[in-house]
Amino acid sequence: MPIIKMNGLSKIYKTGKVSVEALRKIDIDIDENEFVAIVGPSGSGKSTLMNIIGCLDTPSTGDYYLDDEEVGRFGSNKLAEVRNRKIGFVFQNFNLLSYATTYENIELPLIFSGMPAKRRKTRTMELLDRVGLAERAAHKPTELSGGEMQRIAIARALANNPAILLADEPTGNLDSVSGGSIIEIFRELHADGATIVMITHDRHIADNIPRVIKLKDGGIVDSLN
Amino acid sequence: MKRIFLMLRLFASDFKKQKKKITLTVMAIAWGTVSIIMLLSFGEGLRRQIAKGESGMGSGIVVVWGGQTTKPFKGLPPGRRIVMKPEDIDLLRARIPDMEDVGGEYQRWSVDIRYGKKMVGRHCTGVTPSYENIRNHIPQEGGRFINKHDLDEKRRVAFLGSGLAKELFGDQDPIGKQITINRVPFTIIGVMIEKLQMGMYSGPDADRVIIPMTTFGLIFGDTRLDVLIYKPKNPDDSEKVKKEVYRILGGKYKFNPDDERALSMWDTIEQSKTMGDVLFGIQLFLGIIGALTMLVAGVGVANIMYVTVRRRTKEIGLKMALGAKAKYILWEFILEALLIGALGGSFGFLFSGVIIKILKGIPVKGEALQFLGKPVLSTEIALATVGVLAMIAFWAGYFPSKKAAKINPAESLRYE
Ligand SMILES: Nc1ncnc2c1ncn2[C@@H]1O[C@H](COP(=O)(O)OP(=O)(O)O)[C@@H](O)[C@H]1O
Ligand SMILES: [Mg+2]
Repeated sequence: MPIIKMNGLSKIYKTGKVSVEALRKIDIDIDENEFVAIVGPSGSGKSTLMNIIGCLDTPSTGDYYLDDEEVGRFGSNKLAEVRNRKIGFVFQNFNLLSYATTYENIELPLIFSGMPAKRRKTRTMELLDRVGLAERAAHKPTELSGGEMQRIAIARALANNPAILLADEPTGNLDSVSGGSIIEIFRELHADGATIVMITHDRHIADNIPRVIKLKDGGIVDSLN
Repeated sequence: MKRIFLMLRLFASDFKKQKKKITLTVMAIAWGTVSIIMLLSFGEGLRRQIAKGESGMGSGIVVVWGGQTTKPFKGLPPGRRIVMKPEDIDLLRARIPDMEDVGGEYQRWSVDIRYGKKMVGRHCTGVTPSYENIRNHIPQEGGRFINKHDLDEKRRVAFLGSGLAKELFGDQDPIGKQITINRVPFTIIGVMIEKLQMGMYSGPDADRVIIPMTTFGLIFGDTRLDVLIYKPKNPDDSEKVKKEVYRILGGKYKFNPDDERALSMWDTIEQSKTMGDVLFGIQLFLGIIGALTMLVAGVGVANIMYVTVRRRTKEIGLKMALGAKAKYILWEFILEALLIGALGGSFGFLFSGVIIKILKGIPVKGEALQFLGKPVLSTEIALATVGVLAMIAFWAGYFPSKKAAKINPAESLRYE
């Protein structure tokens, strides 16, 4: 049974009289421990697909099963719980809280999951260690480089041992060197058994990812040309 | 705990961005707090002063004068004058179980009172010892009121009103000194403490001289009571006790117990109940005015919170993406509003405390200031203020937080 299963899934945005069909009749199966790249031109629906996979948004029509559960039926509290336990988000612009320390940023999903303080502390230090920034625990994000900020964001995404890691152009705001090191971390995580779905613009990155899904005008295509 | 810590930091970062607005709103809350507290405290001060003034004459008492019958009774015609006797004091005390105590007065106006070369004409009253308690004649330290021995032995002892004592003796201690009343020498045994007295008959107590009723009878030859005063054990039984008084005296003096005018009564119990209701109304009115001021400040808080929600849209979306439930988002904003409320409220309390302290330090002269210049910040007022403050701050956070919880996380994170 695939961990992600989509059947005839569509998403239509209605703004006033205009409606945009951001996704049309998508069928995707993704198995556990797959590393999938999603590519496509700007506006092709990549982020929309990612938001639906990550339960930030719900499809207009079609079914979406995450880990055997039809999440389209869930209410907002249950969706929050699913996001907290099963999904780890990594964003292009990091989305770290600027007033909080790196430690506190990583701790946030653990607070939301209601983990007791003592275990939270051990877990947060473990995660900081995992991305090699243990000595930066007390720093504010603004004191870090872009690559370091993205590593903190990855640590935060891993906090509750999610079933899926979702990354929306995680190297988009980074130079090629730090971008490379971020991709390296994802490779390691994949090797350790993680399921990863990553949006990317970068051909070189996509070429080195085992499975690539190509999107165009909201639909899956075999080739982008 | 951790959440609150993070929240405070969040508030600090908000504060930097909305410094002027938050400062002004905190001040508005402080002002709202001050106005509630001051209005209620002045109201409370007024209430207590009036209660004190009302009890100056004695609390829960009924003053009775003889009257005139209006109904024929057992063959007797209407229009007869009813005059009470000193024995009625003991009679009523013995016959009415719900009675706490009974007292009475012989009265004489403009009696010649002398001390050394000083001479005044004042009201002289002959009383029983029970008068001390029911008519609130508390002696100053070093003195005492008229007792049973004075009465039984018809002693020539006098108890002075505080004003009269000043007049005759100035700064001297009157206790043990000799004065003459109607040319008869008397020894001063006590002076009444200074008291606030609102209700009075036959002039203020402070200007009277009081002697044993028996001695009064000897000197002036009185045999008929000018005033009878009684106090029911429980103010709620006052109607029942009044009926008994009419029944017993009616039996003795032969008038119809339903003939209200046979006796003339001043019921201070009834009066103080009415006054209590009026004062409660005033307190409520003042409280509402104060609460409205607070409400205006609360709108300021809500406004800030709306701006904060808009500014933090993306952060809220992020927290939702990381698994924050609506409840968490709601409380984050409500707590922030409560924090602003607590901050403003603290300043308000501090400021009110200072104002009240200063006002208490100013010595009060004059009748009006006796009633208005003494604000009292009671525990009840403090609790009511905190309650209003917390409620308004809660709602000022609640509505914006509802908006925050409705944010669509996908949308809020879309714009880079
Ligand atoms: N919340 C929204 N409201 C209206 N239109 C939207 C919304 N989100 C995305 N779209 C539209 O849906 C299409 C796909 O957007 P998106 O998924 O962000 O594409 P990509 O990430 O591939 O650039 C675009 O035409 C975009 O304008
Ligand atoms: Mg996109």
